[in-house]
Amino acid sequence: MISLVDVTKVFPGMDHPAVDGLSLDIAAGEFVVLVGPSGCGKTTTLKMINRIIEPSSGEIWVDGVAATETPAFELRRGIGYVIQQIGLFPHRTIAENIGTVPELLGWDRPRIAERIEDLVVRVGLDPAMLGRYPSELSGGQQQRVGVARALAADPPVLLLDEPFGAVDPIVRFQLQEEFLRLQEELSKTVVFVTHDIDEALRMGDRIAILNVGGILEQFDTPENILSGPASEFVADFIGGERGLKRLGLRTVGSVDLTRGPVVDVRSDVETARDAMAQYGTEWVALLDGDRLLGWVWGEDLDGQLTDLEPHSFWVELDPESTLRKALNAVVMTRSRVAVVVEDGIYRGMLGLETIAGEVDQ
Amino acid sequence: MTPTLAQAAAEVGIDWGWVFGHVDEMWERTVEHVTLTGVAVVVGFILAVALSLVAIRWRATYKPITWFTGVLYTIPSLGLFAFMVPFTGLTLLTAEIGLILYTLLILVRNIVAGIDGVPANVVEAARGMGYQSRELLWRIEVPLAMPVIIAGVRIATVTTIGLVTVTSLIGQGGYGVFIERGISRRFLTEILVGTVLSVSLAVLFDFLLVRVGRWVAPWTRKTAV
Ligand SMILES: Nc1ncnc2c1ncn2[C@@H]1O[C@H](COP(=O)(O)OP(=O)(O)OP(=O)(O)O)[C@@H](O)[C@H]1O
Ligand SMILES: [Mg+2]
Repeated sequence: MISLVDVTKVFPGMDHPAVDGLSLDIAAGEFVVLVGPSGCGKTTTLKMINRIIEPSSGEIWVDGVAATETPAFELRRGIGYVIQQIGLFPHRTIAENIGTVPELLGWDRPRIAERIEDLVVRVGLDPAMLGRYPSELSGGQQQRVGVARALAADPPVLLLDEPFGAVDPIVRFQLQEEFLRLQEELSKTVVFVTHDIDEALRMGDRIAILNVGGILEQFDTPENILSGPASEFVADFIGGERGLKRLGLRTVGSVDLTRGPVVDVRSDVETARDAMAQYGTEWVALLDGDRLLGWVWGEDLDGQLTDLEPHSFWVELDPESTLRKALNAVVMTRSRVAVVVEDGIYRGMLGLETIAGEVDQ
Repeated sequence: MTPTLAQAAAEVGIDWGWVFGHVDEMWERTVEHVTLTGVAVVVGFILAVALSLVAIRWRATYKPITWFTGVLYTIPSLGLFAFMVPFTGLTLLTAEIGLILYTLLILVRNIVAGIDGVPANVVEAARGMGYQSRELLWRIEVPLAMPVIIAGVRIATVTTIGLVTVTSLIGQGGYGVFIERGISRRFLTEILVGTVLSVSLAVLFDFLLVRVGRWVAPWTRKTAV
């Protein structure tokens, strides 16, 4: 969908390039993150794709056409763009801001109005804000408007330059989640710039790590970058806790869960003791059919299991949870395991060894 | 010994009879004053827009343009009119040329400063969404520059209203007629009437233009600036 072929940009009066011989191939529907330290040429690269900056040499192809073949303004109307400082139009209401590109493309009014209403809901804004001016919105709300404006004409390609840069970590996380959800529905080809490696790891299908001077250090999936950093620079950049970061990428559902020391609450004490012996634990979990009731200490086993009052597990995970969350659960619970429950049905459990094993792979 | 103006004022006081007897003439002079001002500001604004477009399109011309309009601005008004009379006579044209030239510096500066003051990120976002230069100028930059442009129009208008009191010297009417006649007759009431009317008109126009400014820039209304 987007191809950069040996693209170099030297700004006039600079002795070294801002971007140096960069080649990237981005497939349709792919979410690519450009990440790297400040001044490494992320913004420059992004702006070369929509020709706000012309490359000094090299070629850029968008949707099979050389970017220079299309008049710049036409190319840009087909590419959603969120600039680093949002750049909403202060003199236009939120509705007018969102409707900018459809209006430029000459859509009729009812169609624009319909589109605006649809988008506002999608990006999680209150439609009551449509009549306000940008200065009347919070930073997080403005960022949502920026994203809605970029999506307005339903462009196949989105360029986002630190779209969630200006908000606090909590709102940022929320915006990331929402954007990922939106992307799942829309499947745009996205080029997303950030200098936050955690944001890159969370969002990207693939990540391009750039070094100062616009040198591409590695272009690969988050998983591969974490497990095999291509250079010292990459290893440094992704920082410590690499194992934890990898666990953040995998879901509990992708791991083979063990059944664990689990017995039906209607079984007898002997069965429960066998289960404990099999797994070498001092506790046993009780099930009522598919439902997990909790766990009890082995030393409390006596008489009927149904007479016992099981302790509930502190953390129950669903298969969509990350292994990082599972690890946290293991550390936090007395039973030293994370239990996985999907729609109320017990799926299995995983312990420290299983999780550690996933990091090793 | 001729009495000074202050002595005259003390002796004579304000002649209300004269004031009420000249309401018709005041109205006439008001129409003249407003017309002289209006023509000067409107024509000055059109010229200033043209000069500003040149300055914005070809940046190198901005300095020479402001230098030239700045030099014009420093010429004393009486001197300028006196200089022009041999060429254009004691005519409306002479008066208007002078008045127009005085508006140019303020208007060009404010128009260019207004456009330059549009945040770079807004311009970049607009270009990134596919605005062409002309659409960008008229639909993004000019509207956003409006508060600064209107501020320039306010200063130019108030300044011109003051200057028009001088154009009576070349026989073009306005409140200056009262002041000029009052001075030659040492008649304080008439001088005061001319001055007070001129100041009131300036205040009125300033107020009206503030309202216009809010109307053309509604987004500034809701934010405390
Ligand atoms: N218009 C310009 N003229 C000259 N040099 C520029 C221009 N734009 C960027 N540069 C330089 O090019 C280099 C890369 O800049 P760029 O904005 O692409 O960095 P970035 O990776 O986006 O950084 P940040 O994370 O701080 O936004 C920097 O050294 C910058 O100073
Ligand atoms: Mg940047």
